[in-house]
Amino acid sequence: MKTIKSLKLAIAAIAGICITLSASAQDNTLLGAGSTFVYPLFSKIFAEYGKTHDVKVNYQSIGSGGGILQLTNKTVDFGGSDAPLNADQAKKIGVPVLHIPMASGAVVVTYNIPGVTTALNLTGKDIADIYLGKLTNWNSPQIAGTNKGVKLPDLPIVVVHRSEGSGTSYIFTDFLTKVNPDWASKVGKASAVNWPAGLGGKGSEGVAGLVKQTPGAIGYVELIYALQNKMLYAHIQNKSGKFITPSLASTTLASNVELPANAEVSLTNTDNPAGYPISSFTWALIYKEQKYNDRSAAKAKMVLELLWYNIHEGQKNCEPLNYAPLSKSAVKVAEKILKSATYDGKPIL
Amino acid sequence: MSMSPSDTSNKKKPKKDTVANATVDGTIAGKEQMTLMKNKRLDLSYVQMKWETVFRRILIVMSVIMLIVVAGILATLIVQSWPSIKSLGIGYLWGKVWDPVNNVYGAFPFLIGTLLTSFTALIISVPFSYAISIYLGEYNTKGWLSNLLKNTIELIAAVPSIIYGFWALFVLVPIVRSFEMKIGVAPYGVGVCSASLVLAVMIIPYAASLGTSLIRMVPSPLKEGAYALGATRFEVIRSVILPYTRSGLFAGILLSLGRALGETMAVTVLIGNTSAIANSFKEVFFGPGNTMASVIANEFAEADHPVYLSALIELGLVLFFVTVIINLIGKRIITRYTHH
Repeated sequence: MKTIKSLKLAIAAIAGICITLSASAQDNTLLGAGSTFVYPLFSKIFAEYGKTHDVKVNYQSIGSGGGILQLTNKTVDFGGSDAPLNADQAKKIGVPVLHIPMASGAVVVTYNIPGVTTALNLTGKDIADIYLGKLTNWNSPQIAGTNKGVKLPDLPIVVVHRSEGSGTSYIFTDFLTKVNPDWASKVGKASAVNWPAGLGGKGSEGVAGLVKQTPGAIGYVELIYALQNKMLYAHIQNKSGKFITPSLASTTLASNVELPANAEVSLTNTDNPAGYPISSFTWALIYKEQKYNDRSAAKAKMVLELLWYNIHEGQKNCEPLNYAPLSKSAVKVAEKILKSATYDGKPIL
Repeated sequence: MSMSPSDTSNKKKPKKDTVANATVDGTIAGKEQMTLMKNKRLDLSYVQMKWETVFRRILIVMSVIMLIVVAGILATLIVQSWPSIKSLGIGYLWGKVWDPVNNVYGAFPFLIGTLLTSFTALIISVPFSYAISIYLGEYNTKGWLSNLLKNTIELIAAVPSIIYGFWALFVLVPIVRSFEMKIGVAPYGVGVCSASLVLAVMIIPYAASLGTSLIRMVPSPLKEGAYALGATRFEVIRSVILPYTRSGLFAGILLSLGRALGETMAVTVLIGNTSAIANSFKEVFFGPGNTMASVIANEFAEADHPVYLSALIELGLVLFFVTVIINLIGKRIITRYTHH
């Protein structure tokens, strides 16, 4: 009997602790979910933020689509996405959602051609034709035209793309859709498309592995991944006809253009003559009206202050982690968007 | 204390017996003792019987829970894939295009890919699992070598499949690629061939360890009889051990096949993930393909509109039915063999 009594007491005590813990956890914890691309940056920024503020952020990198789904179900305070909401998703949510740019990222084209160690110059049409399966050999005159002085071998091109749905594929196909009408009509843009040619590699490491191993292979990975793994990548021709070396600076420049007020814009094929054309924002998504599901005004304020920190002080974490920081015009637009958020109809910030 | 009521009844009953059997004198005392013992057993067995019922009920509940889980999975799959079934119809099964952008979904390439990789892997694995079963079950049943082999083979089953995937991507794929260059097919390296090879390695333990235990269980009188008649070891294996364990070995293979059908991660890394259907036999075997499980794993997280998501879930439903059908066929084969 004694043991049972003490057991009961212990259980009651543990339950009590759990309840108080979870109550206090709910007060200062924000939940986020979504993009895996932005995860390293977010975890760094949130850790820094936690040092000076009494806020814990729990961000789960489950993929952009998953993040949007979680936001739709109102189970998270904010979502992270590498692509703006599409028509279906916007319809399903039904209320206005704010897209706040957090950083930008670039996608680079990498290749493995024995004997070629310099960066190739590739146009949007080259890449589209290769990925459509129309250009099948590296010695094609179309590629040679923009690569004078590079000796391209007679070698079949092996196309490699991401096998799983990913933001990287979205940015890449979005660029091809803009620059090549043939691609736009036959394939289109999405995080997973019906690839007309080639092999699918699982994740960035799968694509990189296949490209490294297969002579004649071409693939695409995020700039961060290429920098960390010291991969060879091509210069891509932008809208003004210049071949741009992908870098953090040229990626930031891509967003330094006249941006629409809602920032729901694709940066690919940028107007900026010095901008790298295959780049994109990664967004944090929140509801415009923060009063839902009996959320407190304090919590709404907490989310907005966190995001405000992200677009200002948080930006200094971008470059060490190989993310391109927001351009000046992007920060301005993001500030306006954050200020437009409301709680019960009244502005929060 | 709880014994007391039955004790009194014990005493009453023998009295009645004494009246009835008054004529048969000598046996009465012994009979009384026997009934006493019997009733003690009866009394004990009340608790025992109660436990028996409780135990049986626990077993039933546990088993029924599993039944409910499977039924629940099936129901969820059907409900969730309903939008896709409604909009795509039965054509989903033989549609050859999988295009999420235009909302066109056809499962045929993946269905073929799943069956092709699984059965190729099975064909490669069967000689190995049979050989291992016979060696460990009959030739080398004891000793350190036998233990080492048995543990190693069981370890194969414990390695996470993503490890197999990336190991094969960096070690096996270059070998396959150089072989492909020699025979003159497109040297992708990844594809049905690489995926099947790795799958074969992964599924060997299932058939092999079941086979080993079954072969060890063959009654020795049977084998000794055959030896006594002058049979050689090979003849004993062929005409005593294999016929005796035939249905069990087949069940092991079925287990392997089930594992191969559902294997996701290693296959995704190695299959090449393309939904295009190859034209020639060489391309089918050496070229890239895709399986149902890997499509689900690849695209589920980013499926961004309802029909797309539903089409992926329907793929799971199809996989469920494929597994069920193959299992039913297997069971039918097993019963036929056993009846012979």
